[in-house]
Amino acid sequence: MSSGLNNNIDYVKKDLPPLINKIGIGLTIVGLILVVLAYFTDPTRSAFNNIILLMFLTSIGLGSLFLVAIEYLGGAVWSTPFRRIAEVFGAVLLILPIVAIPIYFNLHDLYHWTHAEVVATDKILSHKSPYLNETFFTIRIIGYFVIWFLFYFIITRISQKQDTTGDQNLTKKNVKNSAIFIPFFAITLTFASIDWMMSLEPHWFSTIFGVYYFSGTFLSALAIITFFVVYLNEKGVFGTGVVSDHYYSFGALLYGFINFWAYIAFSQFMLIWYANLPEETFWFLNRWEGSWLIFSIAFIFIHFLVPFFALVSQPSKTNGARLKFMSIWLLVAHFLDLYFLVMPTFSPDGVALGWIELGFFLLAFGLVFLIFSYKAKSVNLLPVGDPKLKRGLDFRL
Amino acid sequence: MSEKLYSYTALFDTPNDIIHAAKTVTEKGYTKFDVNTPYPIHGMDAAMKLPPSKLGFVTLFAGLGGTALALLMMGWMMGIDYPIVIGGKPFFPLPAFIPITFEITVLLATLTTVGALLFFFFKLPNNRHPLHDTNYMKNVSSDKYGICIETEDPKFNAEEIKELFASLHASTIEPVYFDDDEVNFKVVVADPKFLGFLVAVALFVSLSAYLHLNKLLYIVPFSWMDEQEKIVVQKKNDLFDNGLGMQEPVQGSVARGFIPYPFKDKPEEAGKLLVNPLIPDKDNLEVGKNKYNIYCSPCHGYLAEGDSRLNDQFPNPPSLHSEKVRTWSDGRLYHVIVEGQNVMPSYSYQLSRQERWAVVNYLRVLQRSLNAKETDL
Repeated sequence: MSSGLNNNIDYVKKDLPPLINKIGIGLTIVGLILVVLAYFTDPTRSAFNNIILLMFLTSIGLGSLFLVAIEYLGGAVWSTPFRRIAEVFGAVLLILPIVAIPIYFNLHDLYHWTHAEVVATDKILSHKSPYLNETFFTIRIIGYFVIWFLFYFIITRISQKQDTTGDQNLTKKNVKNSAIFIPFFAITLTFASIDWMMSLEPHWFSTIFGVYYFSGTFLSALAIITFFVVYLNEKGVFGTGVVSDHYYSFGALLYGFINFWAYIAFSQFMLIWYANLPEETFWFLNRWEGSWLIFSIAFIFIHFLVPFFALVSQPSKTNGARLKFMSIWLLVAHFLDLYFLVMPTFSPDGVALGWIELGFFLLAFGLVFLIFSYKAKSVNLLPVGDPKLKRGLDFRL
Repeated sequence: MSEKLYSYTALFDTPNDIIHAAKTVTEKGYTKFDVNTPYPIHGMDAAMKLPPSKLGFVTLFAGLGGTALALLMMGWMMGIDYPIVIGGKPFFPLPAFIPITFEITVLLATLTTVGALLFFFFKLPNNRHPLHDTNYMKNVSSDKYGICIETEDPKFNAEEIKELFASLHASTIEPVYFDDDEVNFKVVVADPKFLGFLVAVALFVSLSAYLHLNKLLYIVPFSWMDEQEKIVVQKKNDLFDNGLGMQEPVQGSVARGFIPYPFKDKPEEAGKLLVNPLIPDKDNLEVGKNKYNIYCSPCHGYLAEGDSRLNDQFPNPPSLHSEKVRTWSDGRLYHVIVEGQNVMPSYSYQLSRQERWAVVNYLRVLQRSLNAKETDL
């Protein structure tokens, strides 16, 4: 399929490298087997891991959709050729309800506030019960899914329609849709992180928690898109237009959000450390005792210091191999980030890392690869009808 | 005045032309050339095959230096030189240092980058360049895109370059000449005019700072509430006849918590009528001992024998173990504490009523230690 609608470029839809599909199927099968076994051996631990899986996939799906939206809103040119990749990763959202179902079967093991007899004797929890109760929880979760699906379908449909019609008004329409999406995104993302992760410790609260999760969301969505753009470009899927100047933009953005994450994470820590209020500090104390201390300190290196120095120089941001490696590194780091947020509630005595965690980890990556290879078959990987595409491909530093 | 050829220049009308020209000139093997454009053009680095800038390393090492400096500075000041407990945090509270460390890192990195840019890469204070004040420079700083190949280039040949520029469809091609004297002119920092200028600037800045901080700030309405429409303690007050800012209390008023002492100058009556309200017990004897050791022992001695550590510095107080003092009533002793006696001043400001009675009780204990009753055995 070639298109000269708004852009004088030759784009021929090529088959994806079969490796993506193979990795996707392989990881998904191994992951699924381990996950099913895990649910038979230790359902509570599996349910906690299930939350990590759910939040990881939310990060990828919702973060990608957010990238699409800000690309429209900012009128960005350099990223136009990669918008379709972000849209394809937005499809990860569609699998979320299935991933969220097992959490429902283990709600009482996961969430302290679902026990009516506990809430009745606990003054703080009974004050929070108008928000933290099972009915409203369910309504909210359904609400998030409805909002996310709605915007996913609206924005991607319009974007893909432009491939065939080349109508420039479609861009304007999507700019409007994106502007509406942003506040919905901010609110649903914040409350989803509060509902699924922060309410694991219902006595604890942190007003920056939503922003903290957002920083990881954006970083991981950017990382997976960077990885696939570099990989697919090396396989020649985009033709000849994508060069190291585009890589540099991805590298710079990744680098910026590595710092953003560290800034937010430190802000959360420092305020709690400084004020030293018992109702807040116990959350960090749980992560500062026993083997969690080693994990927490190693985590500073994994999520901040190593990526910071790996991506600090200009040549490293334009180096495809380095970018691919750091993208995968950051995705693993985000997975560990979610692990750091969720698991100390399950095992406050020490880090619990075993085959159960490995199973969910493999399944997470398997699903992302599989959904990408499945969705990317049916669409052009460049938005060939977009009036900004030619300028995007011509982007140079 | 000796005019020498500096370079051949060409002007182009569009950014695409200049990118194309830069690429061609690079491909032809020229090395000593530069491109001048009104604004940075995307893709120019690649077209000129420029290596990545080294400026980043300056920033990196200045930043790392800032990090180390900030941590060492705060660690030394707050942990070693003058340790203070702040908010119950340790003497090296790393999380509290991070924001300041970050700021000093950024500050040092940016200032060093700008400084390096100006003095190392731009070679300030040298501000002379053959291209200055030429038709070429006027054009490329408004709406044209220019390229210039210098005579220092090993491949320089005026005719070839003119042909090359013509084949690239340059709108203007012209040579640039320069004056040896002008370019080799050295900036003299110790120039009297320059130094005079610096002195004038310094005088102006300090004078205006002085006027601002000492005069301007106190002109209404910048008086910072120094003058307020209210009557304070030492000010005149026209509301009352006596004109006092703070009125005296009404005759016979008693301050809260204050009980007047009715036996002023009447030691015998006090001895007869005052009754010790405290029954000696462990608690009030502890209080009495504590207060006695603080306020009484410097003169009377720890054992009340008048053998204090201040002995002979002024008239020695008598022993409190004398027959006279032992037979005094508690109230008589209390009176001495309240009013003082001979050289001894009043201790009513240092000791509360309860504490005075506690001291009396403790004194009785001291007296009995030397003159015990038979029943104590």
